[in-house]
Amino acid sequence: MKPTLILGALLTLTFTLAALLSFLWTPGDVEAVNIAARLQPPSVAHWLGTDHLGRDMLSMVMTGARTSLAVALVAVGLGMGLGVPLGLAAAARQGGWLDELVMRANDLIFAFPSLVIAILITAIFGPGALNAILAIGIFNIPVFARLTRGAALSFWRREFILAARVAGKGAPRISLEHILPNLANLLIVQGTIQFSLGILAEAGLSYVGLGAQPPVPSWGRMLADAQTMVSLAPHVAIVPGLAILLTVLGLNLLGDGLRDALDPRLRPSRA
Amino acid sequence: MLGYALKRLTSLAVSLLVASLVIFLVVEVAPGDPASYMLGMNAQPDTVAALRTELGLDLPKWQRYLAWLGGMLTGDFGTSYTYRTPVAEMVAERITVSLPLALYALGLSTLIALPAGIYAAARRGKAGDAGVIGATQLGIAIPNFWFAMLLVLLFALKLRWFSAGGFPGWEQPLLALKSLTLPAVALALPQAAILARVMRSSLIDILSEDFIRTARAKGLSRRQALWRHGLRNALIPVLTILGLQFSFLLAGAIIIEQVFFLPGLGRLIFQSITQRDLIVVESVVMLLVFAVIAVNFLTDMAYAIADPRLRHAR
Repeated sequence: MKPTLILGALLTLTFTLAALLSFLWTPGDVEAVNIAARLQPPSVAHWLGTDHLGRDMLSMVMTGARTSLAVALVAVGLGMGLGVPLGLAAAARQGGWLDELVMRANDLIFAFPSLVIAILITAIFGPGALNAILAIGIFNIPVFARLTRGAALSFWRREFILAARVAGKGAPRISLEHILPNLANLLIVQGTIQFSLGILAEAGLSYVGLGAQPPVPSWGRMLADAQTMVSLAPHVAIVPGLAILLTVLGLNLLGDGLRDALDPRLRPSRA
Repeated sequence: MLGYALKRLTSLAVSLLVASLVIFLVVEVAPGDPASYMLGMNAQPDTVAALRTELGLDLPKWQRYLAWLGGMLTGDFGTSYTYRTPVAEMVAERITVSLPLALYALGLSTLIALPAGIYAAARRGKAGDAGVIGATQLGIAIPNFWFAMLLVLLFALKLRWFSAGGFPGWEQPLLALKSLTLPAVALALPQAAILARVMRSSLIDILSEDFIRTARAKGLSRRQALWRHGLRNALIPVLTILGLQFSFLLAGAIIIEQVFFLPGLGRLIFQSITQRDLIVVESVVMLLVFAVIAVNFLTDMAYAIADPRLRHAR
């Protein structure tokens, strides 16, 4: 195994475990305000220091991980859950009306600057984690639909699919039983990449105040809160940013590593 | 060529039409009536009704859609509910910040990315290549608004080389350019990382082609083959990404403008959203979508001119 894959897996695992642990235990209370202890630099009592309300930054980062990971994960799930069936259906009837519709709709969604529409959706339907999921998830649908369709098309021309057709199986059954399992690797790799993009998008939305709302901690809003205090206490800006950077880096390394490990044929196309 | 251009132009028109419909509908279902929002909580119902008539809000939805669409086509983007000034004027004022910012960032990202990508490809598998790949991994993972904050921390607050935000206007061109520098760097870095990777992998692919081997067999050095034959061909995928990046830069500018308090289109969108000035939101978003679709169309056209095979591909 490549060292970058291991590093990616470790980083991802660390933040996932931190997020899960925060349900049971955090070093400090993320809702307890203690102005007397505000903006303290990292110390033994507060490993990552305290924020402008005196809350323990490590606890904030752990609980923030929960929000970031959950929003991005559900958004990827939404994209996969709708995109993959659409892609499979489009490939099963290549050139049919559904295929045409799926592809044109894809082109259209790709034409929108995704962040602008995400901002539009969350701004109009109100800020919040749920609308952030929706806004990020919508842009995952065409990604998965296009990927699934392209890969499924190449399988429809293979002998084992022909054999299944001769055996009397219909298109939906072939798609589910024979094509989908063959796409699993590809979907896992793309899922990891979209997951990391989702975390960046969620951070951006909560930074401008359109993501998860207080008191739910989120990395993006921690950065927004830190903005005016960056000269007084740089750690309040550095800590949440590093958390985003390391999580996204971990997922990207994991995705790249998995792609190389699972499907050597894909290796030359890395960009 | 003309046939191809017409076909692409038709699809461009259809995309724009559907996009306008989607934007109109999304904004239309938004809760909150602009008229009651403008007049406040204690407004009399008949005052609200009068304002609704004045703003054209009482017309059927399809009539308002057609009026808005027709207006956009003739350059009339409507009148802001809040400021009672033409949206076109507000956009024209703000675009003098956002567009130069996006272009500045595009220029910077190209200037950083192409040499880095070429350097890495020429030293494939060596330490320099690994260094560039490592740097691009970081560049892709870094949230650009956080990078922007770090830039402010270092270059504005510690070193005092730049101001931490704001925009002096174009009356002082050098000062204006200086105030756009940190935002442009913040925007450019993640894009440069992506572009450098594309440049590298594209050049590596091209360098294994037969025509490069032929050039080498004819006596060209590795370096000569790369510069004379490799680079031109490797630039094609790079151009595609460059076209796509424009939309990321425009969108990214919206958030970066928040970090640096720049009076661009991004701040206009946020202000309009909080003030329920929906006509401004609709028009600015439509304009951004138009810019993206148009840039993609121009990129397609540039290819078709450069590479005749593509005209028959679709």
